[in-house]
Amino acid sequence: MNFWLVLTANSVTFGGLLFLLSAGFSLIFGLMRIPNLTHGSLFMLGAYVGATFVVGLLGFQLNFWLAAILATLAVAAVGALAERLLLRRLPGDQLAQVLVTLGLSFMAADFCLMVWGGDPLNIATPGGLGGFVRFGVMVFPAYRLAIIVIAIVVAVGLWLLLDRTRLGAMIRAGVDDPDMARVVGIRVSQLFTVVFALGAGLAAFAGIIGGPILSVYPGLDQDMLPLALVVVILGGSGSLLGSFVGSIIVGFIYNFGQALLPELAYFVLFMPMLLVLLLRPQGLFGRHVP
Amino acid sequence: MSVLTVTGLCKSFGGLHVTTDVDLNVEPGERRLIIGPNGAGKTTLFNLITGEINPDKGSIHLFGQDVTKVPSRRRPHLGMARTYQIITLFPRDSIVHNVSLALLGLSPLRWNPIIDMKRQGHIVEHARAALERVGLAHIAERPLAQTSYGERRRVEIAMALAQNPKLLLLDEPFAGLSIDERRDVQQCLMAIPRDVTMVMIEHNMDVALEFAERITLLHFGEVIFEGNRAEVVADPRTREVYLGH
Amino acid sequence: MSARLIALGIAFATLVTVPYWMPGDYYINVASQILFYAIFALGLNVLVGYAGLVSLGHAGLFGIAAYATAYMLQTGYGHTAAIVVALIVGIASMAVYAVLSLRSTGIGFIMITLALGEILWGLAYRWISLTGGDNGISVRTRPEPFGFSLASPNTFYYTTLIIFLLSVAAMAVLVRSPFGASLMGTRDQPRRMNALGYHVWMIRFYACLVSGLLTAVSGILFVYYTQFISPQTLALTSSAEVLLMVISGGAGTLLGPIVGATLVVVVKTVVSGFIERWNFLLGAVFVAIVILMPEGLVPGSARLWRLAWRKLNAPAKTAATEGEP
Repeated sequence: MNFWLVLTANSVTFGGLLFLLSAGFSLIFGLMRIPNLTHGSLFMLGAYVGATFVVGLLGFQLNFWLAAILATLAVAAVGALAERLLLRRLPGDQLAQVLVTLGLSFMAADFCLMVWGGDPLNIATPGGLGGFVRFGVMVFPAYRLAIIVIAIVVAVGLWLLLDRTRLGAMIRAGVDDPDMARVVGIRVSQLFTVVFALGAGLAAFAGIIGGPILSVYPGLDQDMLPLALVVVILGGSGSLLGSFVGSIIVGFIYNFGQALLPELAYFVLFMPMLLVLLLRPQGLFGRHVP
Repeated sequence: MSVLTVTGLCKSFGGLHVTTDVDLNVEPGERRLIIGPNGAGKTTLFNLITGEINPDKGSIHLFGQDVTKVPSRRRPHLGMARTYQIITLFPRDSIVHNVSLALLGLSPLRWNPIIDMKRQGHIVEHARAALERVGLAHIAERPLAQTSYGERRRVEIAMALAQNPKLLLLDEPFAGLSIDERRDVQQCLMAIPRDVTMVMIEHNMDVALEFAERITLLHFGEVIFEGNRAEVVADPRTREVYLGH
Repeated sequence: MSARLIALGIAFATLVTVPYWMPGDYYINVASQILFYAIFALGLNVLVGYAGLVSLGHAGLFGIAAYATAYMLQTGYGHTAAIVVALIVGIASMAVYAVLSLRSTGIGFIMITLALGEILWGLAYRWISLTGGDNGISVRTRPEPFGFSLASPNTFYYTTLIIFLLSVAAMAVLVRSPFGASLMGTRDQPRRMNALGYHVWMIRFYACLVSGLLTAVSGILFVYYTQFISPQTLALTSSAEVLLMVISGGAGTLLGPIVGATLVVVVKTVVSGFIERWNFLLGAVFVAIVILMPEGLVPGSARLWRLAWRKLNAPAKTAATEGEP
């Protein structure tokens, strides 16, 4: 009994992390029509930069949450730069844009290996959250609960941003019909930079927040990117609700698959995605076919 | 036996009815003109006839055979060819290669991975003959990228003619042409023998009326009127719908 | 035309005499690597260059053929049986891969093939009872067709060269054939091709099978060359590497993938000699080529050459006319 509860709790936590990772991936996909293959790298970069701030840089040791915010901002800036300097040069050529993100992901992976070496870095659980929370008979690690809460807060925040603000209205218009958005005077190209930075920041935030659970190691990017891809294909690109539901589903499939069918874990993970691609190519909540 | 019979054809896109209960009957040798304002569903009707989109309801018969369920790629093999309003050619290749592709589409040779395409004398000959009919044989080897808009319109027609169709669908063959180019295209359409039945969509009434014997007026996806040249010109509904008075 | 024949003759003579002028076995082995990677790149080029379908999972198909060979040998079958089974398994996998991925084109095709490649990698990595997981499978011997042992670098090189030349010849025939013309037509105007009476899906499917055959052949050569196969061979990095060969040399040209394979293998071999950071360079080259020379080195240099030739000729002519009394 306990085994199943732990597995379920882990699945929900992992789902929350995946949501933070894939919400940006989904928005970028919805708006720019490309799968951003650097998304795993941004997650890993966020984790490494955050870990560096926590462990101490130039004699300063930062509080975990401050480090998380700084790492998020730093990686968001990197994302904005990559969009401005590279993707911007290939307007409308989606194939070339995908290839550029692929190339960048290799560079990022090697860069991290060069700077932080091949050994995994562990990030200590932030103060006050090392304990457990009791729900009747259930015992739940406080930090995992915090991740779930953060994911929900971010989800609500993103929803408010998209639904209630002018920027959000422009993003939604761009996701629905980029050409029409351009016609009505929205500067879609600037929107690309903003959304790319937002997506990069969210991925980095997920990386550092996930650090105490997953730790940071070379190859983390290649572990996370396919998961984001699966979430967005399942949920549908450009849909926040789709990312949320997709993340929870993938969180469960991933954890249960690892535990029950370790030999076929990847197969089990990718099967639902293939089925969706074949039967409902726009995804469960998506509006258009990629 | 009619060349083309369309019965009760309906198509809607997300609640917007673009084709509503259209009936159309075209007899052998006919020159039919389909007119109607922008958004009347003329090109959609062509796309339904060629099978590029599937109708929600209704049937399409080609030479007496029900082709409603026949995949679009099979229909050219039954003797139907079309041109596009928006030119869709192969920009990397020469004019003669474009026309050769049209010929190859109907030949079992298209699956052959071994022989040399350039040495297939009969295909090249036929392609040149088709280009002769539209007056482009002298520039057959020119890359398509170096041709004018008017020449490309004629390449479109040459590709359709090369397939030796019994039914030819022309989607605005005069669109965007200068007066001289229009005359060239008109001449090459006039020269097509009567064993080819032709259905044409056209906006330009001057050229079109000269060409057509029967005219179908389409408005909001419905057939409003059908008759001969004089009847259409005289009918008040034409003025109302088409001329906007 | 004759200049081309001379160039071909020189290239052929160079390839045939490699073992005589290369300074050592190490370099002959590098030449073998270039040749079987070139076959792999030619196979991917059928899709990327001629069909306009960018596959990001080809390393998975390459790996399947390699694993099938290694697994058959490990189970105790002979080389002939192993190779035949590997070819069949390779092409059958390609058929399934094609049926799944040809539901889509463009970005959709990229994503499905990426997912399929990851599935295959995941299977190789986790299905330990079949693949040995991270430990991989070793191949102890190379075949000895008609008593001609492929164990030495020279004999392996010549065998690879023969298969390479056959592959190039087959591709040269294919792209000039009506089927080649049909395939390139579906790349440029799929909708028009359909309206002209072509079965676009089936043409693409056959193209996939051709690509699968070349990929399987190169996978078998690879596993006999390294005498080892592990999941790393199926990783996304490997798919990207071969895609880089195709794109850097020039997709949709016959020579491009061969030039690309040479470039990538040489740079990788040279660079890995003194720095570990091959992936960084791979990524940087990728980005640079996509942004600066998207058509690839072969068409790109041809364009630059023509431009330079015209520039050189023009002033020469003016000078000549001016020089006249």
